[in-house]
Amino acid sequence: MSLGVVFALLGAALAVILAGMGSAYGVGVAGQAASGVVAEDPSQFAKVLILQLLPGTQGIYGLLVAFITLSQIGLLGGSIPAIDIPTGLMILAACLPIGIVGLVSGRHQGKTAVAAIGIVAKKPDQFGKAMLFPAMVETYAILALLISILAVTNIPV
Amino acid sequence: MSDIDFTFAVARIRSLENSLLNATAIEQLIACPTEENCLQLLAEKGWGDSDTPLEADAMLNRETEKTWNTMREMGIDMSVFDVLSYPNEFHNLKAAIRETCRKGKHPGIYYEDCEPSGEEIEKIIAEKDFSKLPEYMAAAAQEAYETLMHTRDGQLCDVIIDKATLEAIYAAGKKAKAGILKSYAEDTVAVADIKIAVRSQKTAKSLEFMKKAMVECDSLNIDLLARAALNSVDAICEYLSGTAYAGGAEALAESPSAFERWCDNKIIQTIKPQKYNPFSVEPLVAYVLARENEIKTVRIILSAKANNLPEDSIRERVREMYV
Repeated sequence: MSLGVVFALLGAALAVILAGMGSAYGVGVAGQAASGVVAEDPSQFAKVLILQLLPGTQGIYGLLVAFITLSQIGLLGGSIPAIDIPTGLMILAACLPIGIVGLVSGRHQGKTAVAAIGIVAKKPDQFGKAMLFPAMVETYAILALLISILAVTNIPV
Repeated sequence: MSDIDFTFAVARIRSLENSLLNATAIEQLIACPTEENCLQLLAEKGWGDSDTPLEADAMLNRETEKTWNTMREMGIDMSVFDVLSYPNEFHNLKAAIRETCRKGKHPGIYYEDCEPSGEEIEKIIAEKDFSKLPEYMAAAAQEAYETLMHTRDGQLCDVIIDKATLEAIYAAGKKAKAGILKSYAEDTVAVADIKIAVRSQKTAKSLEFMKKAMVECDSLNIDLLARAALNSVDAICEYLSGTAYAGGAEALAESPSAFERWCDNKIIQTIKPQKYNPFSVEPLVAYVLARENEIKTVRIILSAKANNLPEDSIRERVREMYV
């Protein structure tokens, strides 16, 4: 087994781990706020649930990049492929954008979702506007996802 | 606890803020022809419980209980509210000392939900084992008890305990991490000093008495304030106009009730930004203060209605609302 495969796998793992951590934090903190609102006003359940789920997308993006990476290096075929170290390092670098941006944006989107849940608690009819604020943070996770996918799929293996 | 740990509690408070009385609701209350109509309107807005009698005291006490029950349900460290609970604890100390020094039992003199309870404080004082009291209370309790026993001067006893209350609030405010608690403690002590100065001026108290009653704080120089109080109310206003309490000086010149209202409104102005803070303990403290302000305002309206005061004079006394 070459060290290149290890680096490529490390990249896939980091994409899942870091982006997943960001989402777990974001969904967790938004879930606490959602619970607080539902404890007093159960009729807001659907609205606050949507806001709670917004920071969950980073984890999915990380999973997507990891899946593409595993597919790209041929690991899903059942055999361990031979990848040289420079290629492995390139794949690792390609996975980093979604990993790092997923972690940071997941945390910040979670906090913004908490603030948006506060808007829903006070003015439930302003749900549409409230949802836009955390959705803005998503932009940067999508940009990182695009770069990771473009990079991973264009590295010749 | 970090700021993030208060996320659940703050979100719950955001929902509860919807049921706080706003200026329109207060106007509706003022427009009610009788105290009974006011109580009915409050009951319709969810005040009291199904088993709460339609009486002012019962309803207002129930609302205070509800506020503290809500805070306890949040699962947060209740010591953050020490600054707010000290006045009730020291009231219990004052009542316990008086109860120990006179004959017979007088039920209903203590605030409930305090730690230690009024009955516990009374037992400690009867045993003269002051070290069992909380540290911030022990020395003042002993001094006040001995003063009352030796001199039978109730006012002096009250001055000692009131000063200890302010000192405890100020120390807790200085120690608190939350900026709102620091501001609240500073304002509470400064306003209390101003009130002492005004009352001392009206009753011609000595400089020594004022210095004994006043508590040092960052925003006022109590020496200058006390010396101003030796002259006149105008001298107090003149001194205050050069401090952060310049607005208070104008209210003081208007009337004592206008000054009381200004003090409460200042606290509401300080806490209002917390309506937009999604994290930290500060929105919780703001909610408790807003509820206290609301209950105080309703109490003013109810007693005004019970005494058939005209609407205009009620409006003069009504506080600014948090929402």
